[in-house]
Amino acid sequence: MHQKLTAVVTSPVSFTLNGQIVVAPADESILEVAERHGVEIPRLCYMEGMRPDGNCRTCMVEIKGERVLAPSCCRYPKDGMEVTTNSARAITSQKMSIELLLSDVPERIYTLNSELDLWAKKMKIGKPRFAPRHQPVQDLSHPAMAVHLDACIQCKRCVRACREEQVNDVIGYAFRAHESKIVFDFDDPMGDSTCVACGECVQACPTGALMPARDAGTIVPDKQVDSVCPYCGVGCQLTYQVKDNKILYVQGKDGPANSSRLCVKGRYGFDYVQHPHRLTTPLMRKPGIAKHKDFTVDPDNWHQVFREVTWEEALDFAAKGLRETRDTYGKRSLAGFGSAKGTNEEAYLFQKLVRTGFGSNNVDHCTRLCHASSVAALMEGINSGAVSNQVRDAAQAEVIFVIGANPTVNHPVAATWMKNAAKSGAKLILADPRRSDLARHATYYLQFTADTDVALLNAMLHVIVEEGLVDEAFIRDRTSGYEALAENVKTFSPERMAPICGIDAKTIREVARLYATSKASIIFWGMGISQHVHGTDNARCLIALALSTGQIGKPGSGLHPLRGQNNVQGASDSGLIPMFYPDYQRVGTPEARLRFEQLWHTTLDPDPGLTVVEIMNAAKKHEIRGMYIMGENPAMSDPDVDHAREALAALDHLVVQDIFLTETAYLADVVLPATAWPEKIGTVTNTDRMVQLGRKAIEPPGDARPDFWILNELARRVGVDWYYDHPRDVFNEMRTCMDSIAGITWERLERDSSVTYPCIQVGDPGDPVVFCDSFPTQSGRARFVPADLITAAERPDADYPMVLITGRQLEHWHTGSMTRRASNLDYIEPEPVASLHPLDLEAMHIAPGGILTIESRRGKISLYARADDGTPRATVFVPFCFYEAAANMLTNPVLDPFGKIPEFKYCAVRVTAGGPTPHRMSFGGGALLAEH
Amino acid sequence: MALMASSVPSQPKRGRVRSTPKGRRVDPAARNEVRALLGDAPRRTDLLIEYLHKIQDRHGCLQARHLVALADELKLSMAEVYEVATFYHHFDVIKEGDPLPPAITVRVCDSISCELAGGHELLATLQGTLGARVRVKAAPCVGRCDTAPVAVVGQHPIPHATAASVTAAVDANSVNHPASGAVTPGHVDYAAYRASGGYALAAACVAGKRTPADVIAVMEHSGLRGLGGAGFPAGRKWKLVAAEPAPRLLALNIDEGEPGTFKDRYYLERDPHRFLEGALIAAWAVGLEAIYIYLRDEYHGCRAILEREVAALQANPPYALPQIHLRRGAGAYICGEESAMIESIEGKRGEPRLRPPYVAQVGLFGRPTLEHNMETLHWVREILEKGPQWFAGHGRHGRKGLRSFSVSGRVKKPGVHLAPAGITLRELIDEYCGGMLDGHELYGYLPGGASGGILPASKADVPLDFDTLNEYGCFIGSAAIIVLSNHDSAAGAARNVMKFFAEESCGQCTPCRVGTVKALELMKSKKWDSPLLQELSQAMMDASICGLGQAAPNPMLTVLKYFPREVE
Repeated sequence: MHQKLTAVVTSPVSFTLNGQIVVAPADESILEVAERHGVEIPRLCYMEGMRPDGNCRTCMVEIKGERVLAPSCCRYPKDGMEVTTNSARAITSQKMSIELLLSDVPERIYTLNSELDLWAKKMKIGKPRFAPRHQPVQDLSHPAMAVHLDACIQCKRCVRACREEQVNDVIGYAFRAHESKIVFDFDDPMGDSTCVACGECVQACPTGALMPARDAGTIVPDKQVDSVCPYCGVGCQLTYQVKDNKILYVQGKDGPANSSRLCVKGRYGFDYVQHPHRLTTPLMRKPGIAKHKDFTVDPDNWHQVFREVTWEEALDFAAKGLRETRDTYGKRSLAGFGSAKGTNEEAYLFQKLVRTGFGSNNVDHCTRLCHASSVAALMEGINSGAVSNQVRDAAQAEVIFVIGANPTVNHPVAATWMKNAAKSGAKLILADPRRSDLARHATYYLQFTADTDVALLNAMLHVIVEEGLVDEAFIRDRTSGYEALAENVKTFSPERMAPICGIDAKTIREVARLYATSKASIIFWGMGISQHVHGTDNARCLIALALSTGQIGKPGSGLHPLRGQNNVQGASDSGLIPMFYPDYQRVGTPEARLRFEQLWHTTLDPDPGLTVVEIMNAAKKHEIRGMYIMGENPAMSDPDVDHAREALAALDHLVVQDIFLTETAYLADVVLPATAWPEKIGTVTNTDRMVQLGRKAIEPPGDARPDFWILNELARRVGVDWYYDHPRDVFNEMRTCMDSIAGITWERLERDSSVTYPCIQVGDPGDPVVFCDSFPTQSGRARFVPADLITAAERPDADYPMVLITGRQLEHWHTGSMTRRASNLDYIEPEPVASLHPLDLEAMHIAPGGILTIESRRGKISLYARADDGTPRATVFVPFCFYEAAANMLTNPVLDPFGKIPEFKYCAVRVTAGGPTPHRMSFGGGALLAEH
Repeated sequence: MALMASSVPSQPKRGRVRSTPKGRRVDPAARNEVRALLGDAPRRTDLLIEYLHKIQDRHGCLQARHLVALADELKLSMAEVYEVATFYHHFDVIKEGDPLPPAITVRVCDSISCELAGGHELLATLQGTLGARVRVKAAPCVGRCDTAPVAVVGQHPIPHATAASVTAAVDANSVNHPASGAVTPGHVDYAAYRASGGYALAAACVAGKRTPADVIAVMEHSGLRGLGGAGFPAGRKWKLVAAEPAPRLLALNIDEGEPGTFKDRYYLERDPHRFLEGALIAAWAVGLEAIYIYLRDEYHGCRAILEREVAALQANPPYALPQIHLRRGAGAYICGEESAMIESIEGKRGEPRLRPPYVAQVGLFGRPTLEHNMETLHWVREILEKGPQWFAGHGRHGRKGLRSFSVSGRVKKPGVHLAPAGITLRELIDEYCGGMLDGHELYGYLPGGASGGILPASKADVPLDFDTLNEYGCFIGSAAIIVLSNHDSAAGAARNVMKFFAEESCGQCTPCRVGTVKALELMKSKKWDSPLLQELSQAMMDASICGLGQAAPNPMLTVLKYFPREVE
């Protein structure tokens, strides 16, 4: 049965269940009603939260007057119905279905939680009386999951998980009759298929036919700890299964952002915390070991550069260097990079340390590299940098416009909600120069020319203005500056823009009409929008689209910049930004400064500080002489990384706090070993403005210490007068200066794990949709800001004829320091790859899988070629996570003038066949951890 | 359980760099080939099976490269295409490196009537004698049981097949359905049908000369019941669907796959416009927006007739017609089940749906759907022209109406025999079938194809109609009568049909998918484990999703009941 039963709200029904009269909602299945009334009915293909399929036939019940039994998971009670779950007839079928399935599965145990065994035991079914089937062999082709189809009972929970929940559409139910089987793609080995290893099927399997690899599921865990995923900004809740201080496996938890869904990183990328490269002891640079920009880190050989020291010595030395630099060269000679991977409490303490201890606003973090331009445009237009609607609000939208984003790779669980919405009939418009997996689900896929976002978006605005598709009342009542926008877009007709952006005028018109006239349209965007010199302009156009059509401030209508890291929203909220105090209170406005001077009992630098790339430039010029970097890796993540490394090497004093000896740590004078995410407690804020609690699951290795403790110790030694016993105390201080989270209590977080802000008063539910009545500007109005065409700073030419786009890939995250040490992830994507269109590869005589070399005006890397016809012609895409072939050796450090974000998404390069094999050090390369 | 450690491929120790994104990629050449085949046809997913046919017909199989390209064209995932392609018998899915199938496939029917006529021996002989360029396969009933044994060379059915006649067809590369001859009796074409007053009734209805209420009332009074097997009163069905919200659809079932049944083919090969006119009248009376005709793939000759005649009708319509869509099955008995057929028309695996909701409410494409067997609509014109009493006036032994019996097995004149409802088997054999074959004595019979159970000779005087056989653990279904003689074994017949069900189960629900296989295993013993089979049957009848699994135990149970000595 494939039609969704439309839930109609009806009055409750009264029916008889095993002789008792019960009253239940009409849209609750008999099985669920029975469950609530303590009547247990066996079930196998049924799984809570999933569409019931009714195929296992173990939940059959007798309904008076019906010829055959009914599956209670798929039947809904009606008034006067007489249902018997325990008649001899019903039980015969229930038991027979279980016995038939049982006869075909092996005695060997793949899971400790076999639902089949459970029900067989409960129903007192002994050894099956039927001969077993001929058994298929197991499929161990995937590093993270084992496929034992001998234990498969064909309940299709995995199919529904893969197709209806995650919408990855890899698993099918193929062949027929007793040959019916679960297949991946064309009955391929799982490891060779298009499987993205979200593991939803494993989580859904009731018999262990699909399990975490290497029998992890057959070990009894010591404890289960609920937490949040440490990777992207979606904020999936999860449960760590822990044994002997090791994470055995991870399961999705029913959090508000993920409803138990996870992706390959969250589910299978956890063993980096156990990697032998973990820093376990403070390190100090050996005397006489010079810093130089040219190096490749081999963490196995750390002792060539560093010596182990005690915490006392390390902290004293770290603090002394910072203090002396400050006292010698002035407060603005110090800077700090906090982390979007740490907790809110750590971020808050870090910026407080820089502002009160170092004495300037030179504090920033990698938000600068991802959404700074989006935030600049949002602050300018609506005075709020956060999303207006949550990802799952896509379910309320008629039109979902995704531009410059690849959520199936970078926000996989968020993408599932978009795909679910598209499957339920929402129109998906995808605009991106690279064709991603989401394109298959799109009504319109616009493969526009890279760098021409403003042309495309202004052409859409042109159509909206010229064809009168604007929401006049919304413009009149809630915005300002519309006339200038309308005037500006006059010259951007689709016909004129079509040759520039590569999308025909007719399509632009259709898409503009679709977006403007739908009942609810929501825009999601990623770094394809933000990482340009015109990133702020790009975002301004998106804001103008929403404002001109009134597509904001109601369910299903809004603006959502997809946040990249687990706490990039929270780190920004907490003030890890040079121009904002916590909660976006502007540095430079006296009221804000006074508020924090009073709170922190000190005087503050009245001027905004430097941003990430500006700090690097200042370091190279010796204007910045000392730095404290917590959990960031600018030596990999900054554009023109050669330059960044030169700058870091030029520092007098560099303190780096991390869990691995990163490229940045390699240039440090002192390295402080910190805790990984599952080793500490604290809150993080996801892209949806949900503040969520991460809990400690395991102890850190060796003498690694919580970042929270390190911050306290360092602050004390730098001469700041504060000390906190617990992150809870920090959070409570934050509530006093951050109005948007003032109503969130630590106790509520401990209870609910997640609270959405704004949550002003204690007990507020939190607002999932904001700007419903007004915008948080002084006038309450949002502001249109027109944008003009600006091209990328470096266009292809005869010498460098191709375009380089950088980004990420599904399995690797950020600079790869964690994921390339997570064995499953590293196994799946072991080597640096550059994706090109197969015809381009052919023309250059480069075999897919062969080596090629990419050169820009700034550097040169060699790596493996990947043929991907989703890549546009004359373009090469390189993920920036591979130290052997660091993409940021090539990128252009030019900045967007407003957001100060570098142009990671566009520079000119030359690609040639051949080159040296990427030189791998002691991690990466795809070896399973057991081999270490 | 034996652990197969030695045969298990172990996981590679180290991940490898991939030269493409994960999984198969579209091969540009295959994309061009598929695009050329599809032309301007709409890239709708409900047409998946039609497009798979195009590829299979053109290339002789479904190569992985073409399937990837087709998936991409239709914006489907690979799994979505593969699971459909592998569901149907008539698609040969070939993965990279697998050998391509031989140019000619010979299908030898191994269903009950053909088995009685030596089909198994023919299969064995042909497998031993035909060369490598020919693939010889057993196939389920091809709907030509009156000419058993039957083999089909390519699309060319060979009645009364012998090793010699099949080999001759193979040698002559005679693989198309012949345009004339034994398997092509000739039909009333559009011009002839119109000339003899055809479509005048439908036109009169549409012109307002009759009212839908009046027509539906006539249908109700005629007592015409669904002739696909379930026997739901036709007029009442029209009324029910007409009461559902528009748009409503008509799904017309010509997936005649019940072993022993060939009546739909018989009428379609001779008078195809009669049921089409019935369909148009139903569409008008019930207010149906479109007509979907689902024809089993085995009926290649019928397909050619239908394609031609529907085109002729559409080219010169008697009035503005509703849309008519022809859809081609692909070899799956289960698609004769009404909701499985709907799934198949939607381009999916033919898995029956759970009910409620009933197809009258939520049917094809989620719309209220009137679904009919072809023969049911075949009678509409005559009933409306001659009045309800004409149809109801037939009948014997207190029963009313006419039945088209498909008779096969040990009788002198097998074939479709239009006889009064309620006729007994003995009367049917004596009056219509020329008696038993010489040297054969009546031993038993299957009154309703594979599903209707097996009755002994002692029950040859029971009236044959809907409802009359229930008390004997049988039903008439599509009125496919297979006659067994003293040379046959009822247990053997039961095994034959249980094997058929085990292979034709859609594989969706446990009692049917697993139950049929386990039952067949138990039935292979000389002595059957009656208590276990009874218990298993109870669950299959009570807990299977659709009629296939619910009815599958009937033959086995009736053997236990009426032929116990065979299995004790």
